[in-house]
Amino acid sequence: MIKLDAVQMWVHDQDEALDFYTRKLGMELRQDVTLPEMGDFRWLTVGTPDQEVEVVLMSVPGPPMTDEATGQEIRSLVAKGFAGTLFLGTDDCQRSYDELTARGVVFTQPPEVRPYGIDAGFRDPSGNSVRLTQTTGVAVP
Amino acid sequence: MTSLPIERHLLRARDLADRAFADGVDVEAMAAAAGLSRAHFSRAFKRTFGQSPHVYLLTRRLERAASLLRHTDRSVAEVCMAVGLTSVGSFTTTFSRTYAMSPTAYRAAYPPATAYAVVPACVRRLYGRPGHVPVPPASDPARSEKTGPVSRA
Repeated sequence: MIKLDAVQMWVHDQDEALDFYTRKLGMELRQDVTLPEMGDFRWLTVGTPDQEVEVVLMSVPGPPMTDEATGQEIRSLVAKGFAGTLFLGTDDCQRSYDELTARGVVFTQPPEVRPYGIDAGFRDPSGNSVRLTQTTGVAVP
Repeated sequence: MTSLPIERHLLRARDLADRAFADGVDVEAMAAAAGLSRAHFSRAFKRTFGQSPHVYLLTRRLERAASLLRHTDRSVAEVCMAVGLTSVGSFTTTFSRTYAMSPTAYRAAYPPATAYAVVPACVRRLYGRPGHVPVPPASDPARSEKTGPVSRA
């Protein structure tokens, strides 16, 4: 049996991302390892307190991971908001919205009722889209 | 902390359009959100996202209007106002040009059951946006003053 272990995200700045995901979103730091033999590559992961799955906050590549031009393309994609979405669950979307707003998270969409639940959206400092969904399982006309 | 790429600032402007399109947000306000002058902003936005901020706002509004037509029974005039447009006449013309049918015909063409499809709203908004159909030149003899299906050619 396989299970979901970790998901990877590109970020603009790892310290900035760590601050956002831990202090604002309330995740916990899991691993922070710097590998000097790999050009000071930093393996940085966070997770939610009740789940094993980790989010890998991977620095946007440039040398030595990729060539500079590719690194620049990916940085641009992230900043344009085209580098994917992180879907987070909550048992109370409105409460999470209120808490995160109070901590300075700027939402691109306040909680709205959908056929699948209630969801809201915001961006992390890099431009990654993050959705916050409370699954109600009740179809709403 | 390294400085943010200009695209990140442009994305703030696009997010503003997505969030506040119904509240009379205009290209000026988008430029302010990006911290750029109007002319510089429009060029940079188009280079980054492939269409001008004006067109982005318009297609955003049309996509919301189409959604309201599919999922609510509000009148065409109410839908027009709800998405931040003020002229029902030009809304009908633009909508017809974009969707190749009038708002009323569009509503009739889609059964309300599509509202129940379990696709996240953020995905629907991105994939549901219409392509932009440029306004034909005034001298074009093919241009119709009527509101009805118009060729996308």
